[in-house]
Parts: sequence; structure tokens; C-alpha cells
Amino acid sequence: MYVAVKGGERAIENAHALLADLRRGDRSVPELTLDQIEQQLALGVDRVMAEGSLYDRELAALAIKQARGDLIEAVFLLRAYRTTLPRFGVSEPMDTGAMAIRRRISAAFKDLPGGQVLGPTFDYTHRLLDHDLARGGEVPEAPTAPSEISSFRSVAELLANGGLIEEEAPGEGEVGDLTREPLSFPANRDVRLQNLARGDEGFLLALAYSTQRGYGRNHPFAGEIRYGEVEVEFFAEEVGFSVPLGAVALTECQSINQFTGSATQAPRFTRGYGLTFGQSERKAMAMALVDRALRARELGEETVAPAQDEEFVLSHSDNVQATGFVEHLKLPHYVDFQSELGLLRKLRAEFHARDAAGQDEAAMQDAAE
Amino acid sequence: MTVPVYNFAYLDEQTKRMIRRAILKAIAIPGYQVPFASREMPMPYGWGTGGVQVTASILGPDDVLKVIDQGSDDTTNAVSIRKFFSKTAGVRTTTATNEATVIQTRHRIPETPLTEHQVLVYQVPIPEPLRFLEPRETETRRMHALSEYGLMHVKLYEDIARHGHIATTYAYPVKVAERYVMDPSPIPKFDNPKLSDCPALQLFGAGREKRIYAIPPYTKVVSLDFEDHPFEPYRHDAQCELCGATDSYLDEVITDDAGSRMFVCSDTDYCEKRRAAMDGGQQATATMGHGP
Repeated sequence: MYVAVKGGERAIENAHALLADLRRGDRSVPELTLDQIEQQLALGVDRVMAEGSLYDRELAALAIKQARGDLIEAVFLLRAYRTTLPRFGVSEPMDTGAMAIRRRISAAFKDLPGGQVLGPTFDYTHRLLDHDLARGGEVPEAPTAPSEISSFRSVAELLANGGLIEEEAPGEGEVGDLTREPLSFPANRDVRLQNLARGDEGFLLALAYSTQRGYGRNHPFAGEIRYGEVEVEFFAEEVGFSVPLGAVALTECQSINQFTGSATQAPRFTRGYGLTFGQSERKAMAMALVDRALRARELGEETVAPAQDEEFVLSHSDNVQATGFVEHLKLPHYVDFQSELGLLRKLRAEFHARDAAGQDEAAMQDAAE
Repeated sequence: MTVPVYNFAYLDEQTKRMIRRAILKAIAIPGYQVPFASREMPMPYGWGTGGVQVTASILGPDDVLKVIDQGSDDTTNAVSIRKFFSKTAGVRTTTATNEATVIQTRHRIPETPLTEHQVLVYQVPIPEPLRFLEPRETETRRMHALSEYGLMHVKLYEDIARHGHIATTYAYPVKVAERYVMDPSPIPKFDNPKLSDCPALQLFGAGREKRIYAIPPYTKVVSLDFEDHPFEPYRHDAQCELCGATDSYLDEVITDDAGSRMFVCSDTDYCEKRRAAMDGGQQATATMGHGP
């Protein structure tokens, strides 16, 4: 006799114990420390902080360890923790122009004030597996030189002088926050950018790629990509001035896009903007391209492609939401499936009854003829 | 590193107040989907985050909580959510429908009739009944505002034209208080009649989609249909093989590799109560349901 499944609770506990066991893996292999993850898997930590929407390298490293290296799961852990933190205010707008530059390149100008600063990058490396790395060993310190320039003006700023590129006026009123107010459409650019900054790197990458391949074509130039530390300042009501809270590492991308002008506006360049925590150029660039694509409505361009469709992009960019809903199909659906089974049996029975009736009729007709 | 300290029922009080405001608005406008700033929860989206946030916001220390999934207290996700609240809120939990003051459910309404002292919290995946007819939120909100529900009736009519029946078996759309068309969440249409004139408050939470809606107690809820094709609740031509119930929703269970099957109550508490009430706990004789 079948007995309804009991003991779900113990099964869950055992599954979790098995997970913890496999997370640790072979006990003869030294356990990973958070320092190792934070230092040696730094770009993974950056991605988890960016999409987890929480700047804390140590917690991000812990999330990666707990998630066994599954970065979306790690993002999820960080987001769930973030929920429990109080929001005590909004920082002053960050001055990325005053960034302590580690890398700054422009694809639009061969040279520019401050020069091209390559910094730490995979670009121009040959993607050959390095067997020396497998063996481990000492790595010499990188050579350094004193810097003559302390701040680098952004390329867009340089262009703005001649009116060749649109002005970005500072936004008015309070900046939106989609973790406090649900997204509604049409969404303003501040909320769109927040959504993209938290959005899945892979999703934005594919959308950005689609615009390059003609789905909402709008030819971009990488006006500038910069990576480095920026001070965060907070206006403290009690003391009446801004106090520094610390520095965060950011990657910023300003894309420059063509705009042929309209009846009221002269032809000029327009901008797309990407900003992420840590070093993530792929994400920042993809974000800039998608941001520009989403401005189609505002700029009076024809909206035909997925990347230009605000509802489509903003509703599906969040990987914590996406993974949750896709994976919820693992949950039991016995009840609904039962209803569908019932209907299907009924429809099939009716079909066969009709079929049989049809055959009888045909047979009778044959006999009559 | 900061060691997290969690508030009663996980959410901070500010968030609970925000959610309670949304719930009050939802009760004031039955069937209307109220947007709310849904939070990230420590369980995945699509696994009941909306229901969990609603439950967390209404739960008090004296409440007794029951959590079911597919009608059962023992399914993995129900166990997980129940444990979450016993850990973060320390409230008493139960599997008995009549003992609970708050019941969080996924996909079922309990068979035991609910009372005025109970709140039923539904987990909702897609709150928008028109979503599969019109993917755009901007459009569907306009359609609700204008009570423009023709598209839904066309869909149901097309079902009849094609299949001879309305081919929606769960998440069957309803009209609440003669105004808003509402998705009752993926409950089987068997449960739809229980939505109407229910003494308990019914709250619906959709976390990923950031919507809360409600059916206040004793509200008229009508399943959409046509005069010549009235709504027909799903009927099983079987009875529960464990308790013999003929009036409950049944799950089909495959019992061997040859595809033999039997039917048992989906509501485990209802089934257990009936079996306990039976003489010596003797089980009903299996009369139906076997066969490939």
C-alpha cells in the first residue's frame, strides 16, 4: 500500500548535509580561505558585488565560497543579505572624473590628455593555457612609475566643449531606487541605469551584441573606459557638510553614438553610459550600449529591436529573478498537472468517440452503396 | 565581518509597514493588483517570496502558522518555508487547518472550510490574468483600468470553439466583486468555488512581479464563463483510496513500473483527519483507480 510521502524534512536536512560535504570536497586538499578568493578570484568577487548590488569584498568572497563558485547563486546570497540592511540615505553624486585611475583607454582618440593607461587587462594577451601557473611559484612584482597626472578629464567632457556631443544635465529631484519602489513603465533613465547595473552580465552582453548586429543598430564608439577608485561622500545633515565614507573601485564606460539630428536638433553625438562595481569592462560596455539603445524613445528613433524595448529589457535583466522563476519548475506541480491530465483524458475520449462514430457512419455509407 | 541579526519574521519593521500599506490598499480594492517594493528574500523568486513577505508582514507572535504546497504540509518547499518562520519568528506551526490562524499555500485551497479567524496567503507566480494574452504591463494595466476584458472572453470562446470546453484547468480567471478580473494563482479550478463568499481574508503575494492583491471576507468571486457554457468545477471519477473521500481534490499516484495508479487526497491534513475519524483507522477499500 502506498503511503503519502512523509519525512520530507529529514530528506531536506540530509540533502543539505551532503551539499556541505561536497562543498568542502576532498579533505586532503586545503580549504579555500576568503582572502584567497578575494585576492585570486577578484573578478568573480567584482561581478558578485555588482550584480548583488552590495559593495563588500569579504561578503562577496564568502558568498562565492558558500555557492561553490556558482556566481549567480553567490549574487543571490548577497542580495538576500542586502535586503536586511537599512537604507540610511543616498550618497553625493560620485565624481568619476576624479577617479584614481588604474586603467583608462579611449578608442575614439589616438592620444588624449593623460594618455592611454592600459593597466591590468586581458586584452592583447594570447589565450594560451599557462602551465607555469598550474605549477605555482613566485610572481615578480609589477614595475611601476610615478604618475604625473592626478585626474583625467573624461573624453565626453572634452568633446562637449565643441557642442559635438549632447550635454548631460544633472537630474532633478530624488534619484529613483527600484529596491524601494517597484519598477513602473515608462521608466526614467536613473531607474533604467540602476536596473542595468544590477542586471545579468550575460543578458546585457547578448543584448548589446544584438544591437551591433543590426537589431536596433546604433554605431557606438568606446569613447572611454576607465577603472579605478572613487571616493564616496555622504551629506550629513547633522554637521551640514559632506563626509567621505571611503573609496570604491568602479568601471565606467561612456559610449559615443551617432545621431543624425531631428527637426529641432542639430546632428551631434549621443551617449550611452555604463557603470559597475569593481573591474568589469565587458559589463560596463554592454550596459552603455543597452542604455543607449533604450534611449530610442527619448531620441525619437524607431523602436523595433528587443534591446530598445524597455519593458522587455528591464523585466528580464535580473538574474536572481530569472533563475528563481526558471528553477521553480522543479517545485511540485502535481495539482495543476493532475488538472491537465484530467482535461487531456476528456478531450482524447471525445476525440476517439467522434472518430469511432465517424467510422461507423462511413461503414454504414459503404454498406448502403 | 558583520554578523547579521534578523528582525522578528525576518523583514525589518519599515518593510513590513510598506507591505501592510499595500495589503490595506489591496483589501480596499478587491482584485486590484497593488504594486509594492518586493524585497529579495533568502529563498528564490518563484518559490513563494511574495507569500513569504505577506506572511512575514501579518504574522504576530500569537499566530499559528500552517504552510502547504500542493495541499500537503510535507512537500519540500512547504517544509522549508515553515522552518523559515519557526526559525525567524518562533511562531507555533501546525498541520491542522482548523488550528491555524495564518495559512500560506501554493496551488491549493484547503478542503476544510475556512473561518473568519483565518487568513489564507497565496503564493503567486504571475499575478496578471491577461499576461499570456498581452505581455506588456503598460497595456494590461490600461485594460484593467477600463474593465476591458473582451480579450479574455475571446480566449475562452476560442477554447470552446476548438475543444468544446474551456481548456483552462488551473489558474482559472475570476471576476472579483463585479469589477476586476483576477488570477486566483495556479489553484485547480476545482478550488475556484471556495474563493467566493469565503469567511477568511485571502491575500495574494507575487514577489518577483512585485504585486499584492486581496479578496476580503465574504466577497463575491465569479469564475468567468458563458451562459451556454457555464463554469464546471473539475470532478474526479474516483475516490481517495486512503480515506474514501469523494468530495476532495485527488492526486494521481503511479504505483509501479507497469503504470498502475491510484488516487489519494491532495490535502494531506483532510485525509489524515478523515482516516483518524474512521473506525480503528481502517482504510477505505480500494474500489477504483487501478489499471494502466
